[in-house]
Amino acid sequence: MRYKTNRCSIRVLACAALAGLVLVAGCSKPPTRVSVGNQEQILHKGNGSDPQELDPHIVQGVTEHNILQALFENLVTEDPTDLRPVPGQAERWDISPDGTVYTFYLREGIRWSNGDPVTAHDFVHSYRRALTPSLGSEYAYMYFVMQGAEDYFKGKTQDFSSVGAKALDDRTLRITLNGPVPYFLSLLNHYSWWPVHLPTLARHGDPYRRNNRWTRPGNFVGNGPFVLARWEVGHVIVAKKNPHYWNAANVKLSEIHFHPIESADTEERSFRSGQLHVTAAVPLSKIPAYRRDNPQLLHIDPYLGAYFYRINTTRAQFRDKRVRQALAMAIDRKTIVENVTRGGQLPAYFFTPPDTAGYTSRAAIRYDPGGARKLFAQAGYPGGKGFAPFEILYNTSEGHKSIAEAIQQMWKKELGIDVKMLNQEWKVYLDTEKSKDYDVSRAGWIGDYADPSTFLETFLAESGNNRTGWANAEYDRLLKEAARLGDRQARYELFQKAEAIFLDEMPVIPIYHYTRVYLLDPSVRGWRPTILDHHPYQHVWLESPAASLARASAAAQRP
Amino acid sequence: MLRLIARRILGTIPVLFVVATITFFMMKAVPGGPLDTEKNIPQEIKVQIEAFYGLDQPLWKQYASYMGNLLRGDLGPSFKHANRSVNELIAAALPVSLELGGLALCVALLVGIPLGVVAAIRQNTWIDYLASSSAMVGICMPTFVMGPLLVLVFALQFELFNASGWDFARDRVLPALTLGLVYAGYIARLTRGGMLEVLNQDFILTARAKGASEARVVFRHALQGGLLPVVSFLGPAIAGILTGSFVIETIFNIPGLGRHFVTSVFNRDATLTIGTALFYAALIVVLNLAADIAQVMLNPKQRVE
Amino acid sequence: MPEPAPASPTPPAADAVEPGRSLWQDAWARLRRNRMAVIGGVVLLALTVLSLFGPLFLAISYQEQDLGLGAAPPSATHLLGTDKLGRDQLARLLFGGRVSLLVGLAATGVSLTIGLLWGSIAGYAGGKVDAVMMRIVDILYALPFTIFVILLMTVFGRNFILLFVAIGAVEWLTMARIVRGQVLALKRQEFIEAAVALGLRKRRIILRHMIPNVLGPVMVYTTLTIPAVMMLEAFLSFLGLGIQPPMSSWGLLIKEGAEQMEEAPWLLVYPAAVFAATLFSLNFLGDGLRDALDVRASRD
Repeated sequence: MRYKTNRCSIRVLACAALAGLVLVAGCSKPPTRVSVGNQEQILHKGNGSDPQELDPHIVQGVTEHNILQALFENLVTEDPTDLRPVPGQAERWDISPDGTVYTFYLREGIRWSNGDPVTAHDFVHSYRRALTPSLGSEYAYMYFVMQGAEDYFKGKTQDFSSVGAKALDDRTLRITLNGPVPYFLSLLNHYSWWPVHLPTLARHGDPYRRNNRWTRPGNFVGNGPFVLARWEVGHVIVAKKNPHYWNAANVKLSEIHFHPIESADTEERSFRSGQLHVTAAVPLSKIPAYRRDNPQLLHIDPYLGAYFYRINTTRAQFRDKRVRQALAMAIDRKTIVENVTRGGQLPAYFFTPPDTAGYTSRAAIRYDPGGARKLFAQAGYPGGKGFAPFEILYNTSEGHKSIAEAIQQMWKKELGIDVKMLNQEWKVYLDTEKSKDYDVSRAGWIGDYADPSTFLETFLAESGNNRTGWANAEYDRLLKEAARLGDRQARYELFQKAEAIFLDEMPVIPIYHYTRVYLLDPSVRGWRPTILDHHPYQHVWLESPAASLARASAAAQRP
Repeated sequence: MLRLIARRILGTIPVLFVVATITFFMMKAVPGGPLDTEKNIPQEIKVQIEAFYGLDQPLWKQYASYMGNLLRGDLGPSFKHANRSVNELIAAALPVSLELGGLALCVALLVGIPLGVVAAIRQNTWIDYLASSSAMVGICMPTFVMGPLLVLVFALQFELFNASGWDFARDRVLPALTLGLVYAGYIARLTRGGMLEVLNQDFILTARAKGASEARVVFRHALQGGLLPVVSFLGPAIAGILTGSFVIETIFNIPGLGRHFVTSVFNRDATLTIGTALFYAALIVVLNLAADIAQVMLNPKQRVE
Repeated sequence: MPEPAPASPTPPAADAVEPGRSLWQDAWARLRRNRMAVIGGVVLLALTVLSLFGPLFLAISYQEQDLGLGAAPPSATHLLGTDKLGRDQLARLLFGGRVSLLVGLAATGVSLTIGLLWGSIAGYAGGKVDAVMMRIVDILYALPFTIFVILLMTVFGRNFILLFVAIGAVEWLTMARIVRGQVLALKRQEFIEAAVALGLRKRRIILRHMIPNVLGPVMVYTTLTIPAVMMLEAFLSFLGLGIQPPMSSWGLLIKEGAEQMEEAPWLLVYPAAVFAATLFSLNFLGDGLRDALDVRASRD
């Protein structure tokens, strides 16, 4: 039997499909977000994950910093090329000869985004808030260089006047430190030191406790070049130009849109589709393709961070430092960086990244499989015999997995040992590492500010970030002494000695030093590579290559 | 019927209670907590934060206060999103998921049911194989393959759509298509299976013998029975679609509920996890009820009960 | 000499009684006649054998890396190309087959058993028993699957056998619902009423009469479950909770291939093709089973 209904319906369906296709194809391509942004000076930045908060005294991460940098300004701010401290809210400052007293002179006419003037008292109140124990600020220890700060924070005194932060008048702020801190001004560029507007905090909750609603759009008050306009979780965060900012006349961007895109693959596709000016990352597999086809879009900037493996020195098989040294010497870092990570990273033969504020470790390790085998034999495991199999712990990520797999193979081939891999979800991994329930664990460390101490102090015996069970009295002594000195050279000499001890003992295996790999649209101007990946937005503006070409030819035509 | 509905809705409350309890204790049992971060938090600070969230209380007390808040409809503060409440987060993500889910469902039904019907009435012919195979493409292509593929072709190659986002009307097309086609596959198979069950029964033979047109046989008699397994499947499937697939939301960067569902667990954001679990549970119960009602209406024999 | 016993009367050939066939023998005969189902079965068998024994015949192990090579297209030494660490894709594919098939079959077996029993009992018993049993299903359905799996993985160790217990424990819920739906429909059928009238015990009715008759849609749903299970396993690997490297599974290979779709399409095409072939086979097989087991579809 023929079913006319079927044939009819098939014909109708086909017509509909064709019509639909024609309609869709006929629609003209809408302008991309990037091109619209270029015209209206709106920057679209991919920002990884959602920020936890936008309160500078409570947050912890890079994601948050990227946004906070638009919303706040401290006494000093950063030079866009080399991040050295330059005048911000303070127009100049005096440093006492012994380097312990800083006097800041605030600019005239600086205001918060609600029009209130910014005074030195605001800074003092802000420091007090950050150091209030009930707030539980995770970076409170960044204040401990200031006199009396640690005692106040730990509750040893309730009197804030014992702390070395005083407003001499509305425009003069004096900060007294415990001892000379040569990198103090760089320290001020860390968000934990940034000022908040206490009256606003008080209006929306308890300023000294969490869950205050002041960071909501509409409530938010800051003193930076931009103000928070919109915050939709998982969707977008919009910062609009702050008309009350003292330098607003020179801020060219009108808005910044931060897009929290967690998946690097999605972000890369968005970039290609013209939705983002700059991404937070680039998927590993796409890096060679960009290098080959679109190198002008790919940016690889040195970054102040180290990728390494922690060794649990409390486990019997890792007690002998020769074992640890052998493990380190058997890794071909060049191959890993060139064939596995392929992001232009630097193989790391010492721990602190090279040229950290001018410091580069003289002590270094080598890639020497033969030497590694000898050490292993000396330690009692010739050819790897008798060495118990162990696990490399890492948290879920393609990159960590690939590196661990490569190293697993290298250790098997060069040392003859069996290594298994243990992939744990992030929180479980953190927990495992903290409770020292691991053998060898993948780790990373990003510097908070440009000074070697932010790396080396991680492995002080008492540091909660040590997690290897390793301690060395001489190492600790050297670092503590360096913390008391003001002379850069003298400090660096002590660091050299400390790092030499560190590399000899090898409680961790340095693998590579980070680079920041990201995609940048050519229309973004004023965006310079910096070691901490800070890009002060007041110096950034947008101009599409076509527009600049047009401008240049128009200028050329003028008599 | 009304008594059935009332009884089932009342029965929801113990279900939600049990879900909340089980999830609460499971979250406590899993290693790692919301305050575990790579940079170690000094103990004295941890103490303050835990005190603020009430994490330093004995377990039973935490449970009791959580349940107390729950009864008042307060799902608590999120740990990860430090100044939002779970209520707010779900309220913001819900409309997005509803829209995505609704559109995907339309796609699934519009594509799946006709394919299944066609396959059933032309059983064992090349049309059947073609329809069945097309349906199967939706089932055996994982969303994390189909999604990026569609984006590569239609967004990046032909530049018809954006690669991600949820701002414009056209942004809905690719995600809904990706999500819908998966379920379309299942629906087509189940429709086919169910219809074949019915088509082989005696009363169909009778109807044909009495001279009923094929269309009448198919749409009036067979389809009703054929939709039975689809309806059973649809209940939980709708809940799954509505809470949004985590994968779709990740690929297209959609601020829906599916992402919260998964990331809250990874962040050990207990309140958000329980919140989304409860929402999902309530949804399931309601949808199951609807499915059962639909089943009763479609299956006359069950009405006698 | 006693008389020879008279020969027993032989019935005429025309009235010869055919050897009796059970429902299952009937079904098997019908299945064999369904060409697509047979092809599906053969393909499935071939893939299973290849996955089980293939790796034994390969010179290259699935673990061996060749970092300098990176992701290379198919060549003489690497028939299906290599992945980004230079591992042979053919070896990984075959080994992954073992894992995926094992996970698929085992998890489905778990879910089938639990779901079938649960749904039949609930559907047949009706009333309060039914209500309680289905409420339990509702509750379990609403539990966040990811938490459950993380919990299992961390408390009991990283055992991949645990993986399919976890997956099976999630999939049985839908199975139970479908079975219950079918049972509810069947309950009213005359032959069941007849069995009840005959005084058969509930257990016998459920096992001997209900279950064989719900097998139709159950079989179809089972063949939908196995690919769902395999997909679920891929999703878990996507989240980092599934198969651990250097082991691989088809799901993991597809996921890795999808990420490199543009640069190295061979990494996606072969695992996806094999995956699809398996699923197609399972589906046609399932269809054939459904047709074969449907009593009323008998064309004899």
